[in-house]
Amino acid sequence: MTSLLARLQTAALVLALGLCGSATLARPAPELVLQLATGDNDARIAALGTLAASADPDALPLLEALRDDALKSRGGNQAVIYDGETARDAITGKPLVPVPDDLEDVMTNNRVTVALDAAFAAFDLAAPERATRLAAVRTLQESGDPALLPLLDKALATEKDPQVIDLLRVAQAGARLHHPDRATRLAAIETLGGSGAPGARAQLGSLLEKNGASFVEADAAVREAARKAISHIDTWLEIGEIAGGLFTGVSLASILLLAALGLAITYGLMGVINMAHGELIMIGAYATFLVQNLLRTHAPGLFEFYPLFAIPVAFLVSALVGATMERLVIRHLYGRPLETLLATWGISLVLIQGVRSLFGAQNVMVENPAWLSGGVQVMSNLILPWNRLAIIAFAILVVMGMSLILTRTRLGLFVRAVTQNRQMAGCVGVATPRVDTLAFALGSGVAGLAGCALAQVGNVGPDLGQSYIIDSFMVVVLGGVGQLAGTVYAALGLGVFNKLLEGVAGAVLAKITVLVLIIVFIQKRPQGLFAVKGRFADN
Amino acid sequence: MNKTLTARLFGPKAWAALLVFAAVTLVMVPVLNLAVPADSAFHLSTYWVTLIGKIMCYAIVALAMDLVWGYTGILSLGHGIFFALGGYGMGMYLMRAIGREGNYQSDLPDFMVFLNWKTLPWYWQGTEHFLWALALVVLVPGLLAFVFGYFAFRSRIKGVYFSIITQALTYAAMLLFFRNETGFGGNNGFTDFKRILGFAITAPETRVVLFGLTATALMGALLLGRFIVTSKLGRVLAAIRDAESRVMFSGYNPLPYKLFIWTLSAVLCAIAGALYVPQVGIINPGEMSPANSIEIAIWTAVGGRGTLIGPLIGAGLINGVKSWFTVAFPEYWLYFLGLIFILVTLWLPRGVVGQLQSWFSKKEKRA
Repeated sequence: MTSLLARLQTAALVLALGLCGSATLARPAPELVLQLATGDNDARIAALGTLAASADPDALPLLEALRDDALKSRGGNQAVIYDGETARDAITGKPLVPVPDDLEDVMTNNRVTVALDAAFAAFDLAAPERATRLAAVRTLQESGDPALLPLLDKALATEKDPQVIDLLRVAQAGARLHHPDRATRLAAIETLGGSGAPGARAQLGSLLEKNGASFVEADAAVREAARKAISHIDTWLEIGEIAGGLFTGVSLASILLLAALGLAITYGLMGVINMAHGELIMIGAYATFLVQNLLRTHAPGLFEFYPLFAIPVAFLVSALVGATMERLVIRHLYGRPLETLLATWGISLVLIQGVRSLFGAQNVMVENPAWLSGGVQVMSNLILPWNRLAIIAFAILVVMGMSLILTRTRLGLFVRAVTQNRQMAGCVGVATPRVDTLAFALGSGVAGLAGCALAQVGNVGPDLGQSYIIDSFMVVVLGGVGQLAGTVYAALGLGVFNKLLEGVAGAVLAKITVLVLIIVFIQKRPQGLFAVKGRFADN
Repeated sequence: MNKTLTARLFGPKAWAALLVFAAVTLVMVPVLNLAVPADSAFHLSTYWVTLIGKIMCYAIVALAMDLVWGYTGILSLGHGIFFALGGYGMGMYLMRAIGREGNYQSDLPDFMVFLNWKTLPWYWQGTEHFLWALALVVLVPGLLAFVFGYFAFRSRIKGVYFSIITQALTYAAMLLFFRNETGFGGNNGFTDFKRILGFAITAPETRVVLFGLTATALMGALLLGRFIVTSKLGRVLAAIRDAESRVMFSGYNPLPYKLFIWTLSAVLCAIAGALYVPQVGIINPGEMSPANSIEIAIWTAVGGRGTLIGPLIGAGLINGVKSWFTVAFPEYWLYFLGLIFILVTLWLPRGVVGQLQSWFSKKEKRA
């Protein structure tokens, strides 16, 4: 009811404007200004609609004043702009000295704020930057105010960018939903249905509402078309949601994979679980942070590409730390896997505290470079962030690189030989201690790569590794050792399953369920999904 | 086996040491704390009574860990869950015993009022009875350990695999208990206890009684552990630790042996947790964090696995140093703890007690 009233009022105002507004008048019509300052909320929304439709640049300061709470009402019949020091009449622009003491604040409710945003958006439609125009047309889509139609038509006539044009068409259709011509309404409904936007769904839904005894939309055939369009949108939204769930699942999987890959190598080779693996990831992330800072201060021109420099640095730093660990501690604990587990836990504590002493206990800032921020909009409710896409691609590259190293190089051959049968490999002349160190460094370096990737999507702090260690163990346990394929499938399965379950049960319950399921799964296949076939006597 | 039970358990010197320990904890500490005036040099403050009581709880846990790790070769990285479950069992009773003296003056515990719950969840029924709470303390962790152990040992999961899934178990439980909807106070757990069996929980007399009970439980656990490891059962356990396949080839099924010691160890942990909570005055899901459970392993390793006195010494040493370190140089505690982990595994594989033993036996040989 109120919206209808507001619309009538707007129509009347537009009429009034047409009568009294003249080309020489450089500022918005006085009636509108007064209405903005002293009218009730409905009148204010109507005035904002008129201002938006006019897209008169002279109205901008007034809108800004309203936004900044600088527009005041005086006695209900004068509009005053008061910026905290000086006051002036909003219509004539005459300064008011001294500042009157009877200024009243203009109370804006949520609806007025929305209308104000739409008015600003109307001005932005002509902005030179593409991003500003995109944002503006997105805001206008939600309003669906028919008064905006001329403005949208004007924008469509000059717009060149195809994406903005598409969005403008949708906004235009939204504004035409109440058009008197039946065919225009039907066409508008079809356009909205095709857009698949959640906002369009609400606009279409408003057609089906009852206004007293009769429907807002009187024509039954048009209502039917709207209903169809809504179900069409719903289908697409659902598909988008599922696709989004799958994507976050794959994204989680890529992170798990990067975190677990190095662990799978070191565990497969030596049969020890490296509890400090998470800390090697953390060190990789801090190396990325350092590279970022170095480039920012010493070579700002290269800053955009700092992740490319960070990748080798993170790999080398973590590999070095890993090799040192192996030489100093792990080497001396052969054949005692449980003790190795405890010793590496000790190393992880020292590393965490060391990083805390060096960099502080707070998280450090790792920024996405411009080409990794933002995302590609695939559907109205599905945006794929660039950094996540990059990590997925990176994980694939790392897996491919690892499998090349393991299958095509001499080191890889030795690593596989030692993994399968340490004694026999030693007997035929493989220098097993050297292979151990190199393989451990390789696994640690991959952890460093994981840290470099994680720095792009999450917080970097001393506890970073702790949050990934149990998850990466689960990937290794599930995948079994000795084959990269096991790790890949386990990471994919865990990531996607976890995220899909999250949609149903919530994050914590999903995680608990996954852990319990793994524990149950291990009962059935204690050697993991992809156990190396062969005869093994334990011990 | 002709020896009497007393002779089988300990030699005369060890019995004497145990008697001295009993005299100190059951007579001397109460006297020094309650009877000696506060300004006297011999007065033992309630702070120390609580601290030592707490460490004795940890010692019971370390002993329980030693039974499964030192004697049976099963390293659990999830013993914190049993300790915490025992603590939660006792905590449920203590929460109910607050009655209407909470902030909201309700029959329900404060956190439930805060969550706008109207009735007690089913698993809280009966927890106002002390005996039922005690039964829960033993039964819930015992049952969990039994079921988990049965499936794990039946599938012959061992070594690091077993360690990792116990860690996952306690981690999952921690996440579960962090949720408010689980009904155990979420993040904050249980605290602000008022009384136990009608006695004010902060009163020095109550503290001393709890201290005495903990000391008794510790001695009981030690005797029980000694009884087990000197029996035939203990020999089978050690054989499983040293060569499980051979034990099986000799016609033993390791499952019931492992399951028994595993469940017993869990129950001992739970009892320690139940004694811990009224003394410390708080239980929260942090006790289930994987880091806590790994620390238990290091208490045992420092003192010496495969000896029963070792874990007690280890728990006392590490926690004593910890309570001093975290006050004096808090930022160096993790360095210290980490180095202990590394150095002990590298150079003291048999722990302090094992090292002393080998020194003494060398001296005897020379003599």
